[in-house]
Amino acid sequence: MAVIGVVGAGVMGVGVAQNLAQVGHEVILVDISQEVLEQALTAITRNCRMSRMMGGPALDADAVLARISTAGSVTALAAAEFVVENVTENWETKRAVHAELDEVCPPQTVIIANTSAIPITRIGSVGRHPDRVVGVHFMNPVPAKPVVELIPGFHTSPRTVLRTRELLTGMGKRAVEVKDASGFISNRVLMLTVNEAAYLVHEGVATAESVDEVFRGCFGHPMGPLETADLIGVDTILYSVEVLHEHYADSKYRPCPLLKQMTDAGLHGRKTGRGFYTYQT
Amino acid sequence: MPDTDSARILAFITDRFPQTDITESEDIFSLGYINSLFAMELVMFLEKTFALTIPNDELFIDNFRTAKSMTELVGRLRSGTVAG
Repeated sequence: MAVIGVVGAGVMGVGVAQNLAQVGHEVILVDISQEVLEQALTAITRNCRMSRMMGGPALDADAVLARISTAGSVTALAAAEFVVENVTENWETKRAVHAELDEVCPPQTVIIANTSAIPITRIGSVGRHPDRVVGVHFMNPVPAKPVVELIPGFHTSPRTVLRTRELLTGMGKRAVEVKDASGFISNRVLMLTVNEAAYLVHEGVATAESVDEVFRGCFGHPMGPLETADLIGVDTILYSVEVLHEHYADSKYRPCPLLKQMTDAGLHGRKTGRGFYTYQT
Repeated sequence: MPDTDSARILAFITDRFPQTDITESEDIFSLGYINSLFAMELVMFLEKTFALTIPNDELFIDNFRTAKSMTELVGRLRSGTVAG
């Protein structure tokens, strides 16, 4: 089993770290905030406890946590075989982390960027080894979602793609390969849907409950778009729509003002206890 | 404040899903708009409200399907007759 760095201990980093540790890898979870790291370990303990009830395997939280160590800087990842980067969906943040990873990690380390909309070729351009950079768009909650998008950038090598596929298979994932274009398949469509659903609420056309009920009841979706927004994180939705808007310069991706206001107000969805709905945390 | 365990549990569900009108024996997951993610919230709610820890052996979805099954779970945990 490999030593794998997971950078960014937010919702996605927590899920990726847990999934990797569950299947036996040694994980080094990195975040600049000690508080975020502590919350991440608490979340992993809770998620392991709930795993069987949510339809997953029965998990021993102590055994999973025993394979996860934490660090405050990516300098701890010099010996990692793979690094999965999950920092905020913001170009300046991603750029800075990938520049650091390029310095710290030897050329054979595969760098996986977990992004929902930023082009992989752009991320690969930050360092000296764009051949070892590849995109994987994991879904939330990571351990429970069997499919990911796999995105090779312009310079990504076949070896990097092959090794990443092997890692994903070991994590229990099927990878759907997609060419490198902002938003890939999932978020090119989903983010527009969520953004337009937010406009319906913003304009007073419908409540969040009504919007979601139509998607569940009429289309058979297990969750409506605004419940999904709360699960993903309203702030992440906003950043993803902004990235699409920037990349395509197309007004159809104009972010709904309600998403901006909710993000500023800390109404980020499940992770903060309130978004379009209120949650017990 | 509702005065029985069952009423407090029902109040939590209807507070979260105002469109819900259910009895204590009704399966909340069969309503079509409550999914298993809400089960995690129910665990948090029961542990906080009734000041107890639900053992891992009791964490299965059938314990959280109805207000009645949750009330029984709380009763079992209070009297110390838990599974496992």
